[in-house]
Amino acid sequence: MGETGETLLSLSGVHTHIGQYHILHGVDLEVPRGQLTMLLGRNGAGKTTTMRTIMGLWQARQGAVRFAGEDIARLATPDIARRGIAYVPENMGIFGTLTVEENMVLAARRSGLNAERLDWIYSLFPAMRKFWRWPAGQLSGGQKQMLAISRAIIEPAELLLVDEPTKGLAPTIIDALAEAIMALKQTGVTILMVEQNFALARRVGDTVAVMDDGKIIHTGTMAELGADTALQGRLLGLDIGGGTA
Amino acid sequence: MSTTRQEGAIAAEPRNWLGFVRDRAAYFTVPVLALLAFLPIGSLPTWGTLTLAGLAMGLMIFIMASGLTLVFGLMDVLNFGHGAMISFGAFVGVSTLVALGPLYLSSGIEMNLLALLIAALAAMLAAGVLGLVFERLIVRPVYGHHLKQILITMGGLIVVEQLIIVLWGPNEIPIPRPQNLKGAFIVGGVVLEKYRLLAVALGLVLFVVLRLVLTRTRIGLLVRAGVENREMVESLGYRISILFIGVFAVASALGGLGGIMWGLYDEVITAHLGMSVMVLVFITIIIGGLGSIEGCFIAALLIGLTNNYVAYLAPKLSLGSAIILMVVVLMWRPQGLLQPSGSR
Ligand SMILES: Nc1ncnc2c1ncn2[C@@H]1O[C@H](COP(=O)(O)OP(=O)(O)O)[C@@H](O)[C@H]1O
Ligand SMILES: [Mg+2]
Repeated sequence: MGETGETLLSLSGVHTHIGQYHILHGVDLEVPRGQLTMLLGRNGAGKTTTMRTIMGLWQARQGAVRFAGEDIARLATPDIARRGIAYVPENMGIFGTLTVEENMVLAARRSGLNAERLDWIYSLFPAMRKFWRWPAGQLSGGQKQMLAISRAIIEPAELLLVDEPTKGLAPTIIDALAEAIMALKQTGVTILMVEQNFALARRVGDTVAVMDDGKIIHTGTMAELGADTALQGRLLGLDIGGGTA
Repeated sequence: MSTTRQEGAIAAEPRNWLGFVRDRAAYFTVPVLALLAFLPIGSLPTWGTLTLAGLAMGLMIFIMASGLTLVFGLMDVLNFGHGAMISFGAFVGVSTLVALGPLYLSSGIEMNLLALLIAALAAMLAAGVLGLVFERLIVRPVYGHHLKQILITMGGLIVVEQLIIVLWGPNEIPIPRPQNLKGAFIVGGVVLEKYRLLAVALGLVLFVVLRLVLTRTRIGLLVRAGVENREMVESLGYRISILFIGVFAVASALGGLGGIMWGLYDEVITAHLGMSVMVLVFITIIIGGLGSIEGCFIAALLIGLTNNYVAYLAPKLSLGSAIILMVVVLMWRPQGLLQPSGSR
């Protein structure tokens, strides 16, 4: 394991095409180890495409994706996951016909369900214990998101990619997720997270990168961006610095 | 906080109940069809005989279609060449029976069944191996291109048919069933043909085994998860392409098993056996819902029953009965009887 603060993941000059569309136009992004990096930007800026490119679900046509010193840009998705990257996609990717338990069993690929780890997850998300034997398709949106995150953390990962976890959720559930994310940070895991809810982003983020039109247009610390309403307005189109969490 | 979670539970409950009814509705179609058919048929012995014939036919179709629906569901692969495995399995199975002649034609039913078992295993092995070759040479180069898949897998089917003609000759091969498997038990006027009973038993066992594998084993869970969301399975670190090759081989082996069973049912095989039953196999998969084993099972039974009832009630319509059934089902459920997913 390397030291906190050194770069765990870096993208340089990444171009991604989806079919005939050129979506990412040379993305440069650094994710420091042990920190939570927020990826912000308006809808359609290319945040999800960036996440999917890291996971190998889209292949970068040009540029490098370095993870722990290795270029993973040409690897297949399962091999990228096996390097220690866990992914919570924007649509959550729940297996709805499987039970919560079965979703978790599949996620615990290397060593099976670990009781201690599971207890920790139950403490973060009590709903997981309650709905353990339910078909996951019958969970509410918030519970599905909790399952998606639980799945990503049932085995320790080096890097967690989380794409808009609060999308469409009620404020109370967003609070619960925020607390869980803070607790996750305590474990020292590195997180790259996309979030539209700026109040939440400001609360949990350490560093920040802002995208627009398939490029990174700003990087810095969250504290700096959180304090600078003018910068927020310019980068994110936010009139009110506090947001509405 | 705790109220939120309870809200979630309450919100989930009605959906659970609705889902329960919705799923059962599909299951009820089989008994409803059988009961409805009784009205015009009128006579219990005739109805019983037709029903057994329909179930036997349906279960043989299920055997051929069950793996193929997973191939569809898992990798979006349209394999029109599945008929090649059906025909090849039938020919290898029949050749095995010929080689086992004394055993197969002996007067002891245990010997007959042993010969059938060996022939079935040979058919499955041969079809499974052919399936692996097929997957590697024909299917893999065209992942993601449906039109190319249809054309090239059809081409593969024609090539295999021609190979069968080269190896076994152009004539159809008669394959009489042994004495012990001819004839029938008559119970209350209902003719229970022995071979049909055997086909029904085998089909039911296979359904139960497939269900157990899909619900109780890790591989089965992965297959179901992959049918729902392939990308997520890969994001969890599983190499789904390897899983798919395994599923393809099993589907092919089951095609071969169905082929030899169908051949013995007709007591004759031709190189075109596979191509001719593929129409029914495809309709089964479409009616059942792509990727759903339960749906495939129900659809196969519906097709087998409809085929036999219609052949009796309106012989002129019997060729089109499966198509009519498909139209009716798709008007009711455009996605097929059961949907294995929703998230992709
Ligand atoms: N599958 C796709 N096919 C074509 N265009 C896509 C696809 N997915 C995303 N895009 C386009 O790529 C751009 C970036 O999308 P995305 O990465 O989802 O943005 P964000 O996550 O920042 O909202 C958008 O213009 C979107 O329309
Ligand atoms: Mg997005």
